[in-house]
Amino acid sequence: MAKVVQTRKPDVATHGLEPTSIRLNVNGETHDLVVEPRTTLLDALRDQLGLTGAKKGCDEGTCGTCTVLVDGKAIYACMTLALECEGREIETIEGLSSEDGLHPIQLAFIEHDALQCGFCTPGQVLSIKGLLDQTQDPTEADVKRAVAGNLCRCGAYPKIVEAALDAARRLPS
Amino acid sequence: MARVAKTQVEFEGQFYDKFIVIEGEDVEAWSSDKSFEVVGKPQTRVDGRERVTGNAQYTHDIQLTGMLVGKILRSPHPHARIQRLDTSQAEALPGVRAVLTPDNVPDIPWKGGQTKLLDTTLRYAGDEVACVVGDSEAICADALELIDVEYERLPHVLDPETALRDDAPRIYDSGNLLGGEPKVSERGDIEQGFQEADEVVELTLRTQTALHNSMETHGSVAHWEGETLTIWDSTQNVYGVRDGVAKALDLPRHRVRVIKQYMGGGFGSKNNAGKYAVLAAIAAKRLGRPVKVLLDRREENLATGNRPSSVQTLKIGAKRDGTLTAMAHRSIIGVGAYAGGGPSPAGPTRRLYRCPNVRTEDFVVVTNTGPFSAFRAPGYVAGTFALESAMDELSNKLGIDPLELRLTNYAEIDPLTEKPYSTKGLKLAYEQGAKLINWAERERTKADQSANAKRVGVGMASQTWGGNGIPPAYAWVKLNPDGTAVVITGTQDIGTGTKTAFAQIAAETLGIPIEHTRVELGDTQHGLYSPLSAGSMTLASIGPAVRGAAEDAREQLREVGAQVLEVDAGDIEIRDGKLVHNGERTPIAEVLSKLGDFMITGKGARGPNPEDVSVNTFGAQFAQVTVDTGTGRIHVDKIVAVHESGRVINPLTIRSQLEGGIIQGLGYALSEARTEDDQLGLVLSDNLESYKVPTVADVPEIHAEMIDMPDPQANNLGVKGVGEPPIIPTAAAVANAVADALGVRPTELPMTSSQILNLLEQQQGT
Repeated sequence: MAKVVQTRKPDVATHGLEPTSIRLNVNGETHDLVVEPRTTLLDALRDQLGLTGAKKGCDEGTCGTCTVLVDGKAIYACMTLALECEGREIETIEGLSSEDGLHPIQLAFIEHDALQCGFCTPGQVLSIKGLLDQTQDPTEADVKRAVAGNLCRCGAYPKIVEAALDAARRLPS
Repeated sequence: MARVAKTQVEFEGQFYDKFIVIEGEDVEAWSSDKSFEVVGKPQTRVDGRERVTGNAQYTHDIQLTGMLVGKILRSPHPHARIQRLDTSQAEALPGVRAVLTPDNVPDIPWKGGQTKLLDTTLRYAGDEVACVVGDSEAICADALELIDVEYERLPHVLDPETALRDDAPRIYDSGNLLGGEPKVSERGDIEQGFQEADEVVELTLRTQTALHNSMETHGSVAHWEGETLTIWDSTQNVYGVRDGVAKALDLPRHRVRVIKQYMGGGFGSKNNAGKYAVLAAIAAKRLGRPVKVLLDRREENLATGNRPSSVQTLKIGAKRDGTLTAMAHRSIIGVGAYAGGGPSPAGPTRRLYRCPNVRTEDFVVVTNTGPFSAFRAPGYVAGTFALESAMDELSNKLGIDPLELRLTNYAEIDPLTEKPYSTKGLKLAYEQGAKLINWAERERTKADQSANAKRVGVGMASQTWGGNGIPPAYAWVKLNPDGTAVVITGTQDIGTGTKTAFAQIAAETLGIPIEHTRVELGDTQHGLYSPLSAGSMTLASIGPAVRGAAEDAREQLREVGAQVLEVDAGDIEIRDGKLVHNGERTPIAEVLSKLGDFMITGKGARGPNPEDVSVNTFGAQFAQVTVDTGTGRIHVDKIVAVHESGRVINPLTIRSQLEGGIIQGLGYALSEARTEDDQLGLVLSDNLESYKVPTVADVPEIHAEMIDMPDPQANNLGVKGVGEPPIIPTAAAVANAVADALGVRPTELPMTSSQILNLLEQQQGT
């Protein structure tokens, strides 16, 4: 049976909620911004901070392309209000690599060709990072559970699993 | 001197002739036994870094100074006329900058004139009514609710079979059957063929409407600079979008630039200009600011195309030894509200097996649902499910091994064109696949692994598809003074690895490391014409032009190098970025640096297709399933896929495409279906919660490989396409495995638990 999913965020005009200033910690940097109470973390990241690695594939918590880490846990940024994230550590795909190089998960994704169009890739990578930050020696089942909420319409799944397990082996324990 | 020639083109099962201009001679094809440095070796994506860092900019990610956002109001009714449309409240909302309606946009014909850009008659729930443009998505969403529309509801019909009835509501005055009659294709004498048959099977099969659900929804960003329009579009066809938008807005082509660097999946649904692109362009012009119109997931599921549903009746006659004598295939295809034709499921019936007497009949029916679009091997996916199901029924009746039956009817020449094939690796694919699934021992596998209520079955299916490229397509290769090269084409990499393959071809031909190449594409203004990325033909269309351009650049380098080094050009070879001559090795950069900023520009063009052979791709897939007879749940244990698509350029990315096609095929086989409420005329599964695309948990063990069989007649690379082939036989192989497990055949897709339980109940009842 189909479940009805409400896509509309609360209507600011009728609810009379005023924009609020908040401070977000994203990839170790502090950002002060003004958001409507209904603004999602995803919209704040993409539209206000220009961090477009997290994608808006559905905006209703069904595809996983918006996945980011909040306090180390993979979450759907489209289902999280920006207001809820004050004082929490937000990590996006942009924070994973540095001038010095790519994160082992990113390297493994390239080497195993764990992507095709690449639109879901930032979310997949972060879901795996959320797992590997907690679990040093994950099983295949652990990996599958970690990315079960990240759809890939190109069907890169077998290689995503391979890449995650390979990255786990490469990460310093 | 330019020469005009005629070439035959096959695109997604349709044939046509076109004129092409040939400049000079095409380079000679790489021989079948040529050895390579870069080509044919696993190569990671040249743009992998961009894709894993979030650095790759998709259309969704384009943000321009002053950019506004547009959102489309869509019909809530399946068939209606707009009586009154009041936008005053929406316009009064702060942050709303414009509302486009049928009253204030030009009458731009759409879908061959069946509708308009914004029409007052709406023919499906999701049809475009108006477009709000404002400062943010949230403001636009608020404004959409403030538009007051009075609709006059009209009678509707969603089901294609119902739509064919005389008393069905008519969507067009000409009736719901497109063309007024079925499209018939016939060879031989079908009646005589059935008379000659010792055994006849007849099956009716139903397939669902399937939705693409690309992860990146459709959308455009439009920006005017003076009289020139730039559009960023999530598309498989930058030139098609350019031409579509230019036509809609009556602009000369040099004033429309379309850019697509990265796109989040298309699968056939992004082959043309969308209304969103034209609406964005109109609004951007009116407001003097860039405008972005992106569809949301619901709109994506309602309005951007689908794989049409089918009801197919297939009748096959054969001799006792399995030789086919006749095939009759009748299909009803529901193509939605706007269509000029529909993809025929009968392509495989006309083409896969040797059979002298074939008649196919397609009833293409319009209904009050979202219009269809191409979807990865249109027609062939549904058609192969039907044909290969019927072939297995026949093998059952005749007591002939399914694989043996297929070999008995193996087509040595193309049954449709009666031309020989350039290459055909299907026999090898059968052999290799049978070995990998342990076909000969499958009865033992079934006996060993079936337990209690769980029954194991093994099945197989074959596929044929086009996959040759089409001209025209052009490429340049620029050789910089430091010995690095830039490949320029106008095609697009839709995630298949096009850029990487081009880099391999250029590096191989030029004799330089792949790191010294850079591939530019996806820009109509700065590139050269290339056809759309569909029909599994990007590599086979544009790749040969890339090689031509690289060969041209290399020859020029040899000529220039010979003069600088004072040796004969004939004595120079180029390897590892160096000119090798008489035992000496001089880096390209060293030679060119003596010439200042001199730049070599190589030109290449795609040659014509061969005239006297058919160029096709082939493959065989095998499935092993376990069916739980208590719950009706089908568990796919293993898929083996072996395909032949000419020479393999990149074994790493080709395996990705094979696995991806198989996984999409499993969704089609087992879980994906657009569901509708016939009475209300609404789509129920307009989100990813209810439309079930496969997740990582749904993926079985997959063993996919290629028969690497260069096809030098096809084009100068010997390549064919592989994007579509792996989805084609997947559902058929699974259905045959399920029938093998249960002794009763599923005839509907998707094969749900309830269908399986019903079948088992009927089986017990008889």
